Amino acid sequence: MPRRMNPLATIGRGFLSILATTGRIALFAVSAVSHCVRPPFYPRLVLRQFLEIGYYSLPVVGLTTLFSGMVLALQSYTGFARFSAEGAVATVVVLSMTRELAPVLAGLMVAGRVGAAMAAEIGTMRVTEQIDALTTLSTNPFKYLIAPRLIAATISLPILVLIGDIIGVFGGYVVGVYKLDFNAATYITSTVQYLEQIDVVSGLVKAGVFGFLVALMGCYHGFNSRGGAQGVGAATTNAVVTASILILVANYIITELFFAG
Amino acid sequence: MSDSPKIRIRDLRKSFGSKVVLDGLDLDVGDGESVVVIGGSGTGKSVLLKCIIGLMEPDSGIIEIDGENVVGLPRSERDAIMRKFGMLFQGGALFDSLPVWENVAFGLMAAKHVPRPEARKVAVDKLAQVGLNEEVSTLSPSELSGGMQKRVSLARAIATDPEIIFFDEPTTGLDPIMADVINDLIVKCTRELGATGLSITHDMASARKIADRVAMLYQGKIIWAGPVAEIDSSGNDYVDQFIHGRAEGPIQMAVRRG
Ligand SMILES: Nc1ncnc2c1ncn2[C@@H]1O[C@H](COP(=O)(O)OP(=O)(O)OP(=O)(O)O)[C@@H](O)[C@H]1O
Ligand SMILES: [Mg+2]
Repeated sequence: MPRRMNPLATIGRGFLSILATTGRIALFAVSAVSHCVRPPFYPRLVLRQFLEIGYYSLPVVGLTTLFSGMVLALQSYTGFARFSAEGAVATVVVLSMTRELAPVLAGLMVAGRVGAAMAAEIGTMRVTEQIDALTTLSTNPFKYLIAPRLIAATISLPILVLIGDIIGVFGGYVVGVYKLDFNAATYITSTVQYLEQIDVVSGLVKAGVFGFLVALMGCYHGFNSRGGAQGVGAATTNAVVTASILILVANYIITELFFAG
Repeated sequence: MSDSPKIRIRDLRKSFGSKVVLDGLDLDVGDGESVVVIGGSGTGKSVLLKCIIGLMEPDSGIIEIDGENVVGLPRSERDAIMRKFGMLFQGGALFDSLPVWENVAFGLMAAKHVPRPEARKVAVDKLAQVGLNEEVSTLSPSELSGGMQKRVSLARAIATDPEIIFFDEPTTGLDPIMADVINDLIVKCTRELGATGLSITHDMASARKIADRVAMLYQGKIIWAGPVAEIDSSGNDYVDQFIHGRAEGPIQMAVRRG
Protein backbone atom coordinates (compact mmCIF):
# COMPACT_ATOMS: atom_id res chain seq x y z
CA MET A 1 0.00 0.00 0.00
CA PRO A 2 1.49 3.39 -0.90
CA ARG A 3 2.38 5.46 2.11
CA ARG A 4 0.05 8.31 1.37
CA MET A 5 -2.93 5.95 1.44
CA ASN A 6 -2.26 4.67 4.96
CA PRO A 7 -5.15 6.08 6.98
CA LEU A 8 -3.25 6.09 10.26
CA ALA A 9 -0.39 8.03 8.73
CA THR A 10 -2.83 10.49 7.22
CA ILE A 11 -4.51 11.09 10.56
CA GLY A 12 -1.11 11.41 12.25
CA ARG A 13 0.14 13.91 9.70
CA GLY A 14 -3.06 15.91 9.97
CA PHE A 15 -2.79 15.97 13.74
CA LEU A 16 0.84 17.05 13.65
CA SER A 17 0.12 19.84 11.21
CA ILE A 18 -2.74 21.07 13.39
CA LEU A 19 -0.39 21.10 16.37
CA ALA A 20 2.25 22.99 14.40
CA THR A 21 -0.28 25.57 13.18
CA THR A 22 -1.62 26.02 16.70
CA GLY A 23 1.90 26.68 17.90
CA ARG A 24 2.56 29.19 15.15
CA ILE A 25 -0.69 31.03 15.84
CA ALA A 26 0.09 31.11 19.57
CA LEU A 27 3.53 32.59 18.90
CA PHE A 28 2.02 35.10 16.51
CA ALA A 29 -0.55 36.06 19.15
CA VAL A 30 2.06 36.53 21.87
CA SER A 31 4.23 38.68 19.66
CA ALA A 32 1.23 40.69 18.42
CA VAL A 33 0.00 41.38 21.95
CA SER A 34 3.46 42.39 23.11
CA HIS A 35 3.54 44.94 20.29
CA CYS A 36 0.13 46.27 21.35
CA VAL A 37 1.53 47.45 24.67
CA ARG A 38 4.88 48.87 23.54
CA PRO A 39 5.34 52.17 21.67
CA PRO A 40 5.20 53.55 19.07
CA PHE A 41 1.41 53.59 19.02
CA TYR A 42 -0.72 54.59 16.06
CA PRO A 43 -3.91 56.19 17.49
CA ARG A 44 -4.97 57.37 14.05
CA LEU A 45 -4.96 53.81 12.75
CA VAL A 46 -6.72 52.45 15.83
CA LEU A 47 -9.46 55.01 15.27
CA ARG A 48 -9.82 54.04 11.64
CA GLN A 49 -10.17 50.39 12.65
CA PHE A 50 -12.77 51.36 15.25
CA LEU A 51 -14.83 52.86 12.47
CA GLU A 52 -14.29 49.86 10.24
CA ILE A 53 -14.95 47.17 12.84
CA GLY A 54 -17.35 48.84 15.25
CA TYR A 55 -19.31 51.51 13.48
CA TYR A 56 -19.78 49.87 10.10
CA SER A 57 -20.77 46.57 11.71
CA LEU A 58 -23.67 48.19 13.56
CA PRO A 59 -26.32 47.58 10.87
CA VAL A 60 -25.40 43.91 10.48
CA VAL A 61 -25.26 43.24 14.20
CA GLY A 62 -28.41 45.29 14.83
CA LEU A 63 -30.43 43.37 12.25
CA THR A 64 -29.27 39.92 13.32
CA THR A 65 -29.91 40.54 17.01
CA LEU A 66 -33.27 42.21 16.33
CA PHE A 67 -34.62 39.23 14.44
CA SER A 68 -33.06 36.75 16.85
CA GLY A 69 -34.80 38.44 19.76
CA MET A 70 -38.07 38.39 17.85
CA VAL A 71 -37.88 34.74 16.83
CA LEU A 72 -36.78 33.76 20.32
CA ALA A 73 -39.93 35.28 21.82
CA LEU A 74 -42.08 33.55 19.26
CA GLN A 75 -40.43 30.14 19.62
CA SER A 76 -40.34 30.08 23.39
CA TYR A 77 -43.94 31.22 23.59
CA THR A 78 -45.24 28.43 21.38
CA GLY A 79 -42.95 25.90 23.06
CA PHE A 80 -43.66 26.95 26.64
CA ALA A 81 -47.41 27.02 26.01
CA ARG A 82 -47.27 23.21 26.07
CA PHE A 83 -46.63 23.28 29.80
CA SER A 84 -48.26 26.61 30.56
CA ALA A 85 -45.03 28.47 31.19
CA GLU A 86 -45.66 31.36 28.81
CA GLY A 87 -44.75 33.79 31.57
CA ALA A 88 -41.08 32.84 31.21
CA VAL A 89 -40.79 34.25 27.69
CA ALA A 90 -39.31 37.61 28.68
CA THR A 91 -36.74 35.97 30.95
CA VAL A 92 -35.74 33.45 28.32
CA VAL A 93 -35.27 36.17 25.73
CA VAL A 94 -33.10 38.39 27.88
CA LEU A 95 -30.97 35.55 29.26
CA SER A 96 -30.38 33.95 25.86
CA MET A 97 -29.58 37.25 24.23
CA THR A 98 -27.11 38.55 26.80
CA ARG A 99 -25.41 35.26 27.60
CA GLU A 100 -25.30 33.58 24.23
CA LEU A 101 -26.91 34.92 21.14
CA ALA A 102 -25.74 38.50 20.98
CA PRO A 103 -22.03 37.67 21.50
CA VAL A 104 -22.00 34.60 19.26
CA LEU A 105 -24.02 36.15 16.46
CA ALA A 106 -22.09 39.41 16.56
CA GLY A 107 -18.83 37.45 16.65
CA LEU A 108 -19.76 35.35 13.64
CA MET A 109 -21.05 38.34 11.69
CA VAL A 110 -17.93 40.36 12.39
CA ALA A 111 -15.79 37.33 11.48
CA GLY A 112 -17.45 37.26 8.09
CA ARG A 113 -17.35 40.97 7.55
CA VAL A 114 -14.18 42.18 9.18
CA GLY A 115 -12.02 39.06 9.50
CA ALA A 116 -12.28 38.45 5.78
CA ALA A 117 -11.49 42.06 4.93
CA MET A 118 -8.45 42.07 7.23
CA ALA A 119 -7.07 38.88 5.72
CA ALA A 120 -7.62 40.21 2.20
CA GLU A 121 -6.04 43.58 2.90
CA ILE A 122 -3.01 42.32 4.80
CA GLY A 123 -2.64 39.39 2.40
CA THR A 124 -2.55 41.73 -0.57
CA MET A 125 0.01 43.88 1.21
CA ARG A 126 2.11 40.77 1.76
CA VAL A 127 2.07 39.52 -1.81
CA THR A 128 2.70 42.98 -3.27
CA GLU A 129 5.68 43.44 -0.92
CA GLN A 130 4.06 46.35 0.91
CA ILE A 131 4.83 44.65 4.22
CA ASP A 132 8.50 44.39 3.21
CA ALA A 133 8.38 48.04 2.22
CA LEU A 134 7.03 48.96 5.67
CA THR A 135 10.00 47.23 7.25
CA THR A 136 12.48 49.11 5.07
CA LEU A 137 10.80 52.36 6.11
CA SER A 138 11.58 51.72 9.80
CA THR A 139 8.04 50.66 10.62
CA ASN A 140 7.24 47.43 12.39
CA PRO A 141 4.33 45.77 10.55
CA PHE A 142 3.14 44.20 13.80
CA LYS A 143 2.74 47.63 15.35
CA TYR A 144 1.46 49.38 12.26
CA LEU A 145 -0.90 46.76 10.84
CA ILE A 146 -1.74 44.19 13.46
CA ALA A 147 -1.81 45.98 16.82
CA PRO A 148 -4.43 48.59 15.76
CA ARG A 149 -6.71 45.85 14.46
CA LEU A 150 -6.38 43.71 17.58
CA ILE A 151 -6.98 46.65 19.90
CA ALA A 152 -9.95 48.01 17.95
CA ALA A 153 -11.61 44.61 17.55
CA THR A 154 -11.19 43.63 21.21
CA ILE A 155 -12.73 46.87 22.41
CA SER A 156 -15.41 47.44 19.81
CA LEU A 157 -17.04 44.00 19.92
CA PRO A 158 -18.24 44.35 23.54
CA ILE A 159 -19.76 47.71 22.64
CA LEU A 160 -21.45 46.18 19.62
CA VAL A 161 -22.75 43.34 21.77
CA LEU A 162 -24.12 45.68 24.41
CA ILE A 163 -26.07 47.46 21.69
CA GLY A 164 -27.07 44.07 20.29
CA ASP A 165 -28.35 43.01 23.73
CA ILE A 166 -30.63 46.03 23.86
CA ILE A 167 -31.87 45.61 20.32
CA GLY A 168 -32.49 41.89 20.82
CA VAL A 169 -34.48 42.41 24.00
CA PHE A 170 -36.39 45.12 22.22
CA GLY A 171 -37.19 42.65 19.40
CA GLY A 172 -38.54 40.19 21.94
CA TYR A 173 -40.57 42.95 23.55
CA VAL A 174 -42.14 43.98 20.25
CA VAL A 175 -43.22 40.42 19.45
CA GLY A 176 -44.30 39.77 23.04
CA VAL A 177 -46.40 42.88 23.40
CA TYR A 178 -47.77 43.40 19.91
CA LYS A 179 -48.19 39.83 18.73
CA LEU A 180 -48.46 37.67 21.81
CA ASP A 181 -50.51 40.20 23.77
CA PHE A 182 -48.32 40.43 26.86
CA ASN A 183 -48.87 43.41 29.06
CA ALA A 184 -46.04 45.85 28.35
CA ALA A 185 -45.30 46.59 32.00
CA THR A 186 -45.37 42.93 32.99
CA TYR A 187 -43.04 42.05 30.11
CA ILE A 188 -40.51 44.66 31.16
CA THR A 189 -40.74 43.69 34.80
CA SER A 190 -40.08 40.03 34.07
CA THR A 191 -37.25 41.00 31.70
CA VAL A 192 -35.29 42.70 34.48
CA GLN A 193 -36.54 40.56 37.36
CA TYR A 194 -34.24 37.58 36.94
CA LEU A 195 -31.45 39.32 35.04
CA GLU A 196 -28.16 39.38 36.92
CA GLN A 197 -25.05 41.37 36.32
CA ILE A 198 -23.07 38.27 35.46
CA ASP A 199 -25.37 37.48 32.53
CA VAL A 200 -24.43 40.70 30.80
CA VAL A 201 -20.82 40.70 31.94
CA SER A 202 -20.16 37.17 30.75
CA GLY A 203 -21.56 38.13 27.35
CA LEU A 204 -19.30 41.15 27.13
CA VAL A 205 -16.26 39.13 28.13
CA LYS A 206 -17.13 36.67 25.39
CA ALA A 207 -17.45 39.52 22.94
CA GLY A 208 -14.00 40.84 23.81
CA VAL A 209 -12.47 37.40 23.33
CA PHE A 210 -14.32 36.88 20.06
CA GLY A 211 -13.20 40.27 18.75
CA PHE A 212 -9.62 39.39 19.58
CA LEU A 213 -9.94 36.01 17.85
CA VAL A 214 -11.47 37.49 14.70
CA ALA A 215 -8.72 40.08 14.35
CA LEU A 216 -6.03 37.55 15.21
CA MET A 217 -7.20 35.10 12.55
CA GLY A 218 -7.64 37.84 9.95
CA CYS A 219 -4.16 39.19 10.61
CA TYR A 220 -2.45 35.80 10.96
CA HIS A 221 -3.79 34.39 7.71
CA GLY A 222 -3.28 37.64 5.83
CA PHE A 223 0.24 38.09 7.15
CA ASN A 224 1.25 34.57 6.18
CA SER A 225 -0.44 34.42 2.80
CA ARG A 226 1.68 33.30 -0.12
CA GLY A 227 1.45 33.33 -3.85
CA GLY A 228 -0.69 35.96 -5.50
CA ALA A 229 -4.45 36.32 -5.75
CA GLN A 230 -5.07 32.65 -5.06
CA GLY A 231 -3.09 32.79 -1.83
CA VAL A 232 -5.01 35.85 -0.69
CA GLY A 233 -8.29 34.11 -1.48
CA ALA A 234 -7.28 31.09 0.57
CA ALA A 235 -6.17 33.34 3.43
CA THR A 236 -9.57 35.06 3.45
CA THR A 237 -11.46 31.78 3.58
CA ASN A 238 -9.19 30.36 6.27
CA ALA A 239 -9.54 33.50 8.36
CA VAL A 240 -13.33 33.28 8.40
CA VAL A 241 -13.50 29.53 8.95
CA THR A 242 -10.93 29.36 11.74
CA ALA A 243 -12.34 32.45 13.45
CA SER A 244 -15.85 30.99 13.39
CA ILE A 245 -14.73 27.66 14.81
CA LEU A 246 -12.61 29.31 17.48
CA ILE A 247 -15.53 31.54 18.46
CA LEU A 248 -17.76 28.53 19.07
CA VAL A 249 -15.08 26.66 20.99
CA ALA A 250 -14.19 29.70 23.10
CA ASN A 251 -17.89 30.29 23.70
CA TYR A 252 -18.24 26.90 25.35
CA ILE A 253 -15.08 27.31 27.42
CA ILE A 254 -16.05 30.76 28.70
CA THR A 255 -19.57 29.60 29.53
CA GLU A 256 -18.10 26.71 31.48
CA LEU A 257 -15.78 29.07 33.37
CA PHE A 258 -18.55 31.50 34.27
CA PHE A 259 -21.48 29.28 35.05
CA ALA A 260 -20.39 25.69 35.68
CA GLY A 261 -18.08 26.42 38.59
CA MET B 1 36.30 55.93 -1.49
CA SER B 2 37.66 54.57 1.78
CA ASP B 3 39.53 51.27 1.99
CA SER B 4 36.97 49.16 3.85
CA PRO B 5 33.89 48.54 1.74
CA LYS B 6 30.47 49.79 2.78
CA ILE B 7 28.98 46.40 1.99
CA ARG B 8 31.11 43.26 2.07
CA ILE B 9 29.54 39.92 1.20
CA ARG B 10 31.33 36.61 1.55
CA ASP B 11 30.14 33.11 0.68
CA LEU B 12 26.47 34.04 0.81
CA ARG B 13 24.10 31.10 0.41
CA LYS B 14 20.34 31.01 0.11
CA SER B 15 18.08 28.18 -1.02
CA PHE B 16 14.34 27.76 -1.22
CA GLY B 17 13.71 24.10 -0.49
CA SER B 18 15.91 22.19 -2.91
CA LYS B 19 16.28 25.19 -5.20
CA VAL B 20 19.67 26.82 -4.71
CA VAL B 21 19.49 30.53 -5.55
CA LEU B 22 22.63 32.07 -4.07
CA ASP B 23 25.55 29.66 -3.98
CA GLY B 24 28.58 31.19 -2.31
CA LEU B 25 28.32 34.75 -3.56
CA ASP B 26 31.07 37.32 -2.91
CA LEU B 27 30.64 41.03 -3.55
CA ASP B 28 32.11 44.30 -2.30
CA VAL B 29 30.50 47.70 -2.65
CA GLY B 30 32.71 50.63 -1.71
CA ASP B 31 31.58 53.71 0.16
CA GLY B 32 29.86 56.06 -2.27
CA GLU B 33 30.25 53.60 -5.09
CA SER B 34 27.49 52.67 -7.51
CA VAL B 35 27.44 48.99 -8.39
CA VAL B 36 25.06 47.47 -10.89
CA VAL B 37 24.23 43.79 -10.75
CA ILE B 38 23.22 42.25 -14.03
CA GLY B 39 22.04 38.73 -14.70
CA GLY B 40 19.26 36.70 -16.22
CA SER B 41 15.72 36.69 -14.97
CA GLY B 42 15.28 34.48 -11.93
CA THR B 43 18.98 34.23 -11.08
CA GLY B 44 18.42 35.69 -7.62
CA LYS B 45 19.18 39.39 -7.96
CA SER B 46 16.15 40.48 -5.97
CA VAL B 47 16.86 37.76 -3.41
CA LEU B 48 20.39 39.16 -3.03
CA LEU B 49 19.07 42.64 -2.25
CA LYS B 50 16.52 41.28 0.21
CA CYS B 51 19.21 39.31 2.04
CA ILE B 52 21.41 42.39 2.39
CA ILE B 53 18.63 44.64 3.57
CA GLY B 54 17.36 42.02 6.03
CA LEU B 55 14.00 41.06 4.53
CA MET B 56 15.27 37.51 4.03
CA GLU B 57 17.58 35.55 6.26
CA PRO B 58 20.38 33.89 4.27
CA ASP B 59 21.21 30.26 5.01
CA SER B 60 24.85 31.07 5.64
CA GLY B 61 27.58 33.55 4.79
CA ILE B 62 28.71 36.98 5.87
CA ILE B 63 27.16 40.34 5.07
CA GLU B 64 29.05 43.23 6.59
CA ILE B 65 27.59 46.72 6.59
CA ASP B 66 30.21 49.27 7.65
CA GLY B 67 32.29 46.38 8.93
CA GLU B 68 29.55 44.86 11.08
CA ASN B 69 28.21 41.41 10.23
CA VAL B 70 24.43 41.58 10.07
CA VAL B 71 23.66 37.92 9.40
CA GLY B 72 21.90 36.38 12.39
CA LEU B 73 21.65 39.71 14.20
CA PRO B 74 18.58 40.10 16.43
CA ARG B 75 15.65 42.00 14.97
CA SER B 76 16.08 45.14 17.07
CA GLU B 77 19.72 45.67 16.09
CA ARG B 78 18.90 44.85 12.51
CA ASP B 79 16.20 47.54 12.53
CA ALA B 80 18.75 50.15 13.51
CA ILE B 81 20.97 49.20 10.58
CA MET B 82 17.97 49.16 8.27
CA ARG B 83 17.61 52.90 8.80
CA LYS B 84 20.69 53.37 6.64
CA PHE B 85 18.90 51.82 3.67
CA GLY B 86 16.42 52.96 1.12
CA MET B 87 14.94 50.51 -1.32
CA LEU B 88 13.07 50.76 -4.57
CA PHE B 89 11.12 47.52 -4.94
CA GLN B 90 10.87 45.84 -8.28
CA GLY B 91 7.06 45.89 -8.11
CA GLY B 92 6.86 49.37 -6.58
CA ALA B 93 5.23 48.13 -3.35
CA LEU B 94 3.45 51.43 -2.77
CA PHE B 95 0.95 51.53 0.10
CA ASP B 96 -2.38 51.66 -1.68
CA SER B 97 -4.24 52.83 1.41
CA LEU B 98 -2.26 56.09 1.48
CA PRO B 99 -2.11 58.99 -0.97
CA VAL B 100 1.05 59.43 -3.03
CA TRP B 101 2.60 62.13 -0.84
CA GLU B 102 2.16 60.07 2.33
CA ASN B 103 3.87 57.19 0.59
CA VAL B 104 6.86 59.38 -0.18
CA ALA B 105 6.86 61.01 3.26
CA PHE B 106 6.34 57.73 5.11
CA GLY B 107 9.96 57.11 6.04
CA LEU B 108 10.48 60.73 7.11
CA MET B 109 7.54 60.59 9.47
CA ALA B 110 8.27 57.08 10.76
CA ALA B 111 12.03 57.11 11.15
CA LYS B 112 12.91 60.76 11.53
CA HIS B 113 9.68 61.96 13.17
CA VAL B 114 9.37 64.89 10.80
CA PRO B 115 6.00 66.65 11.37
CA ARG B 116 3.38 65.98 8.70
CA PRO B 117 3.25 69.42 7.01
CA GLU B 118 7.02 69.54 6.70
CA ALA B 119 7.23 65.94 5.49
CA ARG B 120 4.63 66.81 2.90
CA LYS B 121 6.79 69.64 1.55
CA VAL B 122 9.76 67.32 1.25
CA ALA B 123 7.57 64.75 -0.48
CA VAL B 124 6.35 67.24 -3.05
CA ASP B 125 9.94 68.27 -3.65
CA LYS B 126 11.09 64.68 -4.14
CA LEU B 127 8.16 64.05 -6.46
CA ALA B 128 9.25 67.02 -8.55
CA GLN B 129 12.71 65.47 -8.83
CA VAL B 130 11.20 62.37 -10.44
CA GLY B 131 9.12 64.48 -12.79
CA LEU B 132 5.76 64.36 -11.02
CA ASN B 133 3.88 67.54 -10.23
CA GLU B 134 2.01 68.50 -7.11
CA GLU B 135 -1.40 67.37 -8.38
CA VAL B 136 -0.18 63.80 -8.36
CA SER B 137 0.63 64.00 -4.66
CA THR B 138 -2.98 63.70 -3.50
CA LEU B 139 -3.88 60.81 -5.81
CA SER B 140 -3.98 57.22 -4.67
CA PRO B 141 -1.24 54.94 -6.10
CA SER B 142 -3.88 52.88 -7.91
CA GLU B 143 -4.77 55.95 -9.97
CA LEU B 144 -1.27 56.15 -11.44
CA SER B 145 0.24 54.48 -14.49
CA GLY B 146 2.87 51.81 -13.99
CA GLY B 147 5.72 54.15 -14.83
CA MET B 148 4.38 56.84 -12.50
CA GLN B 149 4.16 54.31 -9.69
CA LYS B 150 7.77 53.38 -10.31
CA ARG B 151 8.80 57.02 -9.99
CA VAL B 152 6.79 57.52 -6.80
CA SER B 153 8.48 54.44 -5.45
CA LEU B 154 11.85 55.90 -6.35
CA ALA B 155 10.97 59.16 -4.64
CA ARG B 156 10.02 57.18 -1.53
CA ALA B 157 13.32 55.29 -1.57
CA ILE B 158 15.40 58.47 -1.64
CA ALA B 159 13.17 60.65 0.56
CA THR B 160 15.05 59.99 3.80
CA ASP B 161 18.44 60.60 2.16
CA PRO B 162 19.66 57.10 3.07
CA GLU B 163 23.35 56.18 3.11
CA ILE B 164 22.77 53.10 0.99
CA ILE B 165 20.13 52.87 -1.70
CA PHE B 166 18.98 49.75 -3.53
CA PHE B 167 17.29 50.12 -6.88
CA ASP B 168 15.58 46.98 -8.13
CA GLU B 169 15.02 47.62 -11.83
CA PRO B 170 14.49 51.39 -11.58
CA THR B 171 13.92 51.99 -15.28
CA THR B 172 11.81 48.98 -16.24
CA GLY B 173 8.50 50.13 -17.66
CA LEU B 174 9.58 53.72 -18.34
CA ASP B 175 9.87 55.40 -21.70
CA PRO B 176 13.49 55.99 -22.85
CA ILE B 177 13.46 59.69 -21.98
CA MET B 178 12.05 59.21 -18.50
CA ALA B 179 14.44 56.30 -18.02
CA ASP B 180 17.29 58.69 -18.65
CA VAL B 181 15.87 61.22 -16.20
CA ILE B 182 15.78 58.47 -13.59
CA ASN B 183 19.33 57.44 -14.48
CA ASP B 184 20.45 61.03 -13.92
CA LEU B 185 18.67 61.09 -10.60
CA ILE B 186 20.37 57.89 -9.47
CA VAL B 187 23.72 59.30 -10.55
CA LYS B 188 22.93 62.44 -8.59
CA CYS B 189 22.09 60.46 -5.46
CA THR B 190 25.25 58.40 -5.62
CA ARG B 191 27.89 60.71 -7.13
CA GLU B 192 26.75 64.05 -5.78
CA LEU B 193 25.08 63.19 -2.51
CA GLY B 194 27.58 60.46 -1.75
CA ALA B 195 25.14 57.62 -1.18
CA THR B 196 26.21 54.07 -1.88
CA GLY B 197 24.12 52.51 -4.61
CA LEU B 198 23.39 48.92 -5.51
CA SER B 199 21.17 48.59 -8.54
CA ILE B 200 19.70 45.79 -10.58
CA THR B 201 18.89 46.32 -14.18
CA HIS B 202 18.40 44.55 -17.48
CA ASP B 203 18.77 47.83 -19.31
CA MET B 204 22.39 48.05 -20.46
CA ALA B 205 22.12 51.73 -21.39
CA SER B 206 21.05 52.43 -17.83
CA ALA B 207 23.79 50.21 -16.41
CA ARG B 208 26.48 52.04 -18.38
CA LYS B 209 25.21 55.35 -17.14
CA ILE B 210 24.72 54.70 -13.44
CA ALA B 211 27.41 52.15 -12.69
CA ASP B 212 30.91 52.67 -11.40
CA ARG B 213 31.27 48.92 -11.41
CA VAL B 214 29.24 46.09 -12.89
CA ALA B 215 28.87 42.62 -11.43
CA MET B 216 27.31 39.71 -13.24
CA LEU B 217 25.31 37.12 -11.31
CA TYR B 218 25.08 33.67 -12.81
CA GLN B 219 24.14 30.39 -11.11
CA GLY B 220 24.33 31.86 -7.64
CA LYS B 221 27.78 33.43 -7.94
CA ILE B 222 29.28 36.68 -9.18
CA ILE B 223 31.11 35.37 -12.23
CA TRP B 224 32.56 38.70 -13.31
CA ALA B 225 32.91 42.12 -11.71
CA GLY B 226 34.78 45.10 -13.00
CA PRO B 227 34.67 48.80 -13.87
CA VAL B 228 31.93 49.72 -16.27
CA ALA B 229 34.50 50.86 -18.85
CA GLU B 230 35.85 47.32 -19.09
CA ILE B 231 32.51 45.67 -19.66
CA ASP B 232 32.99 45.46 -23.44
CA SER B 233 36.41 43.94 -23.04
CA SER B 234 35.69 41.61 -20.15
CA GLY B 235 36.82 38.54 -22.05
CA ASN B 236 34.00 36.69 -20.39
CA ASP B 237 31.66 34.87 -22.76
CA TYR B 238 28.76 35.01 -20.34
CA VAL B 239 29.04 38.77 -19.93
CA ASP B 240 29.41 39.25 -23.69
CA GLN B 241 26.35 37.20 -24.40
CA PHE B 242 24.33 39.08 -21.78
CA ILE B 243 25.27 42.63 -22.73
CA HIS B 244 24.67 41.97 -26.39
CA GLY B 245 21.45 40.08 -25.69
CA ARG B 246 22.23 37.05 -27.80
CA ALA B 247 20.13 33.90 -27.56
CA GLU B 248 23.14 31.80 -28.60
CA GLY B 249 26.02 31.39 -26.17
CA PRO B 250 27.11 29.70 -22.98
CA ILE B 251 23.98 30.81 -21.07
CA GLN B 252 21.19 28.46 -22.00
CA MET B 253 17.70 29.69 -21.28
CA ALA B 254 15.34 27.02 -20.06
CA VAL B 255 13.04 27.16 -23.04
CA ARG B 256 12.31 24.57 -25.64
CA ARG B 257 13.29 25.59 -29.11
CA GLY B 258 10.88 24.34 -31.78
N1 LIG C 1 9.96 33.88 -1.25
C1 LIG C 1 10.39 32.96 -2.13
N2 LIG C 1 10.06 31.67 -1.97
C2 LIG C 1 10.50 30.74 -2.82
N3 LIG C 1 11.26 30.98 -3.88
C3 LIG C 1 11.62 32.24 -4.12
C4 LIG C 1 11.20 33.30 -3.25
N4 LIG C 1 11.71 34.46 -3.72
C5 LIG C 1 12.40 34.14 -4.82
N5 LIG C 1 12.37 32.82 -5.08
C6 LIG C 1 13.04 32.11 -6.17
O1 LIG C 1 14.35 32.58 -6.24
C7 LIG C 1 14.76 32.72 -7.58
C8 LIG C 1 15.36 34.10 -7.78
O2 LIG C 1 14.34 35.07 -7.64
P1 LIG C 1 14.62 36.62 -7.83
O3 LIG C 1 13.33 37.31 -7.60
O4 LIG C 1 15.76 37.01 -6.99
O5 LIG C 1 15.01 36.71 -9.36
P2 LIG C 1 15.59 37.97 -10.12
O6 LIG C 1 17.01 37.69 -10.43
O7 LIG C 1 15.30 39.20 -9.35
O8 LIG C 1 14.74 37.91 -11.45
P3 LIG C 1 14.07 39.12 -12.27
O9 LIG C 1 15.14 39.74 -13.06
O10 LIG C 1 13.09 38.43 -13.13
O11 LIG C 1 13.46 40.03 -11.28
C9 LIG C 1 13.56 32.47 -8.44
O12 LIG C 1 13.72 31.22 -9.04
C10 LIG C 1 12.40 32.44 -7.50
O13 LIG C 1 11.54 31.40 -7.87
MG1 LIG D 1 13.99 40.69 -9.44
